[in-house]
Amino acid sequence: MSIETPVRAQGDLRVIDEEGQLIDPNSLPEITNEKLTQLMERMLFTRLWDERAIKWTRQGKLGFYAPVSGQEAAMIGSEAALSPDDFILPSYRDVPQAVWHGWPLYQAFLYSFGHQQGNQIPEGVHTLPPQIIIGAQVVQAAGVAMAFKLRKEKRVALAYIGDGGTSQGDFYEGMNVAGVYRLPLILMIQNNQFAISVPVEKQTAVKELAKKAEAAGIEGKRVDGMDVLAVYKAVQEAVQKAKAGGGPTMIEALTFRYGPHTMSGDDPGRYRTKELEHDWRARDPLVRFRKFLQSKGLWTEEAEQRVEAKAKEEVQASLDQANKYPAMTLASLANHMYGKMPRELARQVAGSGLNADSGVK
Amino acid sequence: MAQLTMIEAIRSALSQALEKDERVLIFGEDVGVSGGVFRATDGLMQRFGEERVFDTPLAESSIAGLATGLSIQGFLPVAEIQFFGFVFEAMDEIIGQAARMRFRTGGRFHCPIVYRAPFGGGVKTPELHADSLEGLFAQSPGIKVVVPSSPYEAKGLLLSAIFDEDPVLFLEHMKLYRSFREEVPEEFYTLPLGEAKVVREGKDLTLISYGAMVRTALKSAEMAEKEQGLSVEVIDLRTISPLDMETIVTSIRKTHRAMVLQEAQRSAGVAAEVIARINEEALYDLEGPVLRVTPPDTVYPFTLFEKEWLPTEQLVLDQISQAMQA
Ligand SMILES: Cc1ncc(C[n+]2csc(CCOP(=O)(O)OP(=O)(O)O)c2C)c(N)n1
Repeated sequence: MSIETPVRAQGDLRVIDEEGQLIDPNSLPEITNEKLTQLMERMLFTRLWDERAIKWTRQGKLGFYAPVSGQEAAMIGSEAALSPDDFILPSYRDVPQAVWHGWPLYQAFLYSFGHQQGNQIPEGVHTLPPQIIIGAQVVQAAGVAMAFKLRKEKRVALAYIGDGGTSQGDFYEGMNVAGVYRLPLILMIQNNQFAISVPVEKQTAVKELAKKAEAAGIEGKRVDGMDVLAVYKAVQEAVQKAKAGGGPTMIEALTFRYGPHTMSGDDPGRYRTKELEHDWRARDPLVRFRKFLQSKGLWTEEAEQRVEAKAKEEVQASLDQANKYPAMTLASLANHMYGKMPRELARQVAGSGLNADSGVK
Repeated sequence: MAQLTMIEAIRSALSQALEKDERVLIFGEDVGVSGGVFRATDGLMQRFGEERVFDTPLAESSIAGLATGLSIQGFLPVAEIQFFGFVFEAMDEIIGQAARMRFRTGGRFHCPIVYRAPFGGGVKTPELHADSLEGLFAQSPGIKVVVPSSPYEAKGLLLSAIFDEDPVLFLEHMKLYRSFREEVPEEFYTLPLGEAKVVREGKDLTLISYGAMVRTALKSAEMAEKEQGLSVEVIDLRTISPLDMETIVTSIRKTHRAMVLQEAQRSAGVAAEVIARINEEALYDLEGPVLRVTPPDTVYPFTLFEKEWLPTEQLVLDQISQAMQA
């Protein structure tokens, strides 16, 4: 049985339409041409990486993977509006944002394999590893934002969450606390219409998720999440506001995941129609942004091929690098349980027979 | 009788409970339209209607809280926590509220709820899907904790849990879901809560376990017999709270040696409790200390290390040999 989910109304904030036309010449965000092409490069790279990752997961070459195609504008557009020292708190699907924020791609693959080293974010890269517990990142983001505020640093925290995640207590608590202290926090909701099989209509009675912000006394806005410039603009404004002491913003980006929820056995055919998928694909973020750039003379077939070649090469090289990473050991795991290993744990490690050499990769 | 996997046996129990009693309701994330991420509730919403089997918003505290409220109004909720690691989100509602309801209202209200949750290692899940957190609940008065070890056990124990008058946490090891089939009666039947079961007779040592580790225990027992001529008795606890000490003590009076095997990390868990009780009740029947075979005291590891981390048959066998020398 499948549920008819109507394609939702277009988001409030739009910059370019499906044909890549500027809707209002005055609505273009402050952005350089270089940044414009970078957005396209990253979306294209991410699309190709996603296709590879899906294939590799089917072949058993990767472990846990949550597909991202369809959400590139929401993902790449939001991260690109941040500075490298802004802090992001991604969920399991938000691997691209963490990677574009500085998490090395080979580590993202190690994370997929289930290797501890994947989660060891390098110094100077301001992201947590992807969060599995839905909602936890929101309350934590409030704490990160509070740290920036206390130290009077011009930085923001950005937490990513899905439509389903907005039902969690932690979501409401996080937005509330951010409002109370006027924290430099951006709550980025990627409303991709489904939480695994549950459509957003069954998640909440409110018609727009961004309206939830009202209850916390914070600003909420909805954007067309298939329009990378709309997303970029909304986040850019939220960052500027937060850095000027204006407090938190909630942004709802209307988007869609083309693939299954994860590669661990989800079958979208059980809960959504082919027509719905088709309708959303007709708004593809890459297609429309490519048209926009072409009309401005900023994108060529040659650029497309160059990025494709680069993506193929880098994605493969990162997988190879991940595959070569040394195996975990019990000691390497136990070493990170506490700052100083308790004697009893050290005894367990020593007595386990799982010494430094016996771990597998 | 049909040969069923554990997931099929669970579905059969859920379906028969819905048939038998109108008060039974099933809800949780993705349990309705899609039939559950493991298909435990496949077809049930279609068959029994959206009022009795339904998808909830993504919020574990809401799921558990709905169960509390419904149960004090006379319903028999079967609430699914999609993976056991997400139970932390519902901890207050389960341990802080439902488990204490009878006590704090002097019996005026009580919570006949079942919380079903898949858990367990060895199936390559991301963080907080596999962890054995049952000790946290076994330590909490007012809630029973049941961990079936096979399809037959799962159906009978689940039906008992659903019609039990108190809250029951019902933990389903993911590795057992589809790994083997066994004969499961098609009709409604129950198996008693709070009773352990001797699943293999022996006279040299009593090996006590629960959940998926019962399979490991049985294999180790066979190896011990073949390789060392030892006769190991295996006890499946089935319910880890409340514990059935009678079955354990009776066995120890026969074997005079005991060992506990658990998948949870080592300290302050079910094995520790079983050993403490053996100490209290059967110390003078023992010929050596009661050992426990467990993983070390770390968080459940990243998937690439889970095979190493989980107790193996060989490890259990080695420990058995060691125990026999004591
Ligand atoms: C606390 C918690 N509950 C349940 C889950 C299981 N789960 C993983 S993803 C998911 C759906 C999430 O949907 P949504 O928030 O819309 O994000 P999306 O996956 O669509 O990006 C669920 C129920 C979880 N990971 N954490």
